[in-house]
Amino acid sequence: MDRNEVYERLNAVFREVFDDENLTVQDATTAADVEDWDSLSHITLIAAVEDEFDISFDMKTVVGLKCVGDMVDAILREL
Amino acid sequence: MHELLRYPFDGAEILRRRRRIRRELREDGCVRTPRRIAILGGSTTHDLKEILELFLLDEGIDPEFYESDFGAWWEDAVFGAALEEFCPELAVIHTGVRNISAYPAPAADATEAEAVISAEFARFTAAWEALARRFDCPIVQNNFEKPPLRIYGNRDAWDLHGRTYMTAELNRRMGEYARAHRGFYINDIDTLSADIGLGRWHDGKAWHLYKYSPAPEAVPELAYNLSRIILSVWGKAKKALALDLDNTLWGGVVGDDGVEGIEIGHETPGGQVYSEFQAWLSEMRSRGVLLSVISKNDEENALAGLNHPEGTLRPVDFAAVFANWAPKDRNFAALAKELNILPESIVFCDDNPAERKIVSDSFPEAAVPPFDAPEKYARILDRGGYFEPATLSADDLARADMYRQNAERAKLETSFADYREYLKSLRMHAEIKGFSPLYIARIAQLTNKSNQFNLTTLRCAETDIARMAESGDFITLYGKLSDRFGDNGVVAVTAAEREGSTFHIRLWLMSCRVLKRDMEYAMLDALAAKAAAAGAETLRGYYLPTAKNGMVRDLYEKFGFSLREETEAGTVWELSLSDYVPKCDIIEVERD
Repeated sequence: MDRNEVYERLNAVFREVFDDENLTVQDATTAADVEDWDSLSHITLIAAVEDEFDISFDMKTVVGLKCVGDMVDAILREL
Repeated sequence: MHELLRYPFDGAEILRRRRRIRRELREDGCVRTPRRIAILGGSTTHDLKEILELFLLDEGIDPEFYESDFGAWWEDAVFGAALEEFCPELAVIHTGVRNISAYPAPAADATEAEAVISAEFARFTAAWEALARRFDCPIVQNNFEKPPLRIYGNRDAWDLHGRTYMTAELNRRMGEYARAHRGFYINDIDTLSADIGLGRWHDGKAWHLYKYSPAPEAVPELAYNLSRIILSVWGKAKKALALDLDNTLWGGVVGDDGVEGIEIGHETPGGQVYSEFQAWLSEMRSRGVLLSVISKNDEENALAGLNHPEGTLRPVDFAAVFANWAPKDRNFAALAKELNILPESIVFCDDNPAERKIVSDSFPEAAVPPFDAPEKYARILDRGGYFEPATLSADDLARADMYRQNAERAKLETSFADYREYLKSLRMHAEIKGFSPLYIARIAQLTNKSNQFNLTTLRCAETDIARMAESGDFITLYGKLSDRFGDNGVVAVTAAEREGSTFHIRLWLMSCRVLKRDMEYAMLDALAAKAAAAGAETLRGYYLPTAKNGMVRDLYEKFGFSLREETEAGTVWELSLSDYVPKCDIIEVERD
């Protein structure tokens, strides 16, 4: 799976979790850029991403996520 | 019901699509009962709240939540001022093994170990007692799941210093408390966590990152289990099972294979599965679940199958049997009508997906679980929690017999040309008295379950009923009706509140089990007599229309009340007590 394919599926997850059909995220996107992306919905998001890609981030990885780009890197590492 | 919320559901799907599900439920136009629920958590309860909301919205409850600050369950229960302001109608205490504050020290002797366990239990009872005193509302408390680690290995289960032992001992004491306290319910996460798997439940990552216990992936199951208790407390548990026969209660098709050809009994694995399922159904019946049959069969064949010597169930165990060739949705409607219950109170069980679809298309409010493999039938019904008995009254245990007696009454009725003669022949006897502790569970249950013969649809918890019983301003009445066929138990409830010389009828309802028996007139006579004896001059009745109570729109008019007011909210009626003439002469009534 390449980065573009990851983004395609990742955007679908974001749209579901935040119930916003028009949402599109990219490498530089952070929680500050998405309405409703707070510490609580972050937990839902992480679980949904893990579920979508059938992976499990370890704790250290989760703590290190600063932007969507980090998340995509982590997904590609796990796949 | 929302497709994604039907049991068995995909928890991960619910977690990630929760916003959309919530929006769809909120926009579906259903009328829901608003309820204030406090969630007092020993861990992060955000997900629990959000998913619980979905399951409650899906069943007609519109919850408003109070969530305590992180971990502040005890402080909130004992003296939280914000909780005071919120004034919960139900309190959930979400705690678990992570919230046990102390364990016996390794060197503790038996007495010291016991003191530690008692002190821990006392901390919990203090919270329950404070909640009961402050809010007088139902409390749902988690018991303790098994700990994630075993310091003493297998010995942990029985050694006085073991954490596993301590959770079991605390659970035992909590059970004792529940048996002794009305309105206290246990959410059995000990079983739930075992079912989900302790490894998944105790997720170190979720705890250390977010202080989630259990892990988010266990939350949908947890919220569902909790919602079944809450629904049951508020009278929304299911009442009846509508069962198919061929390949549902036995293997094979009785019409084709003959009674000797169907599979049931201990000879084959297939037969054993159906025997065990029938035995399980029989147990459910004896604790108050109504059984009925909807089967495409000639009645003769259906009855022959039900009389199979290896089966546990017999035709007499069913409150109604529809064995014919009509479409199942039509039989389903007829069944609801015959049992006088709503379609939403029935769980439809059929191995044929096409039949399930026909029924769930016509009755989206009915529960229609998948019935694909006979070895899973009982488990699906069990874990689906449809019949959660938060309260269990003597009435529940006798229910199946009461419905059978009703069938006998119906048979007798057809032999009389004159309806009054039929009523006389029943030799009815009623006990109409003030609410008493013995019947509080049943009375509260009726206020929550009765939808049709219910003038104000005022839903009450047991604590509300107890409050009315103790108030000097209320006349409260329950009515029990028996006749030559048996005892119907408590079937009518009335409560009227005094203001000056008028009694306002806040609560007036009757079980549809005793429609057209003149019981409502006997209740009115009793109320009028008590109100007059208290020196009152007027009874004021209220009819608040709902989607379901059209049958009593004209009840007060029939009683001789005059219409005083008519608004969108309903109608208001008055009756002067000065020239009241008793109306019921067909039931022998015993009053207090």
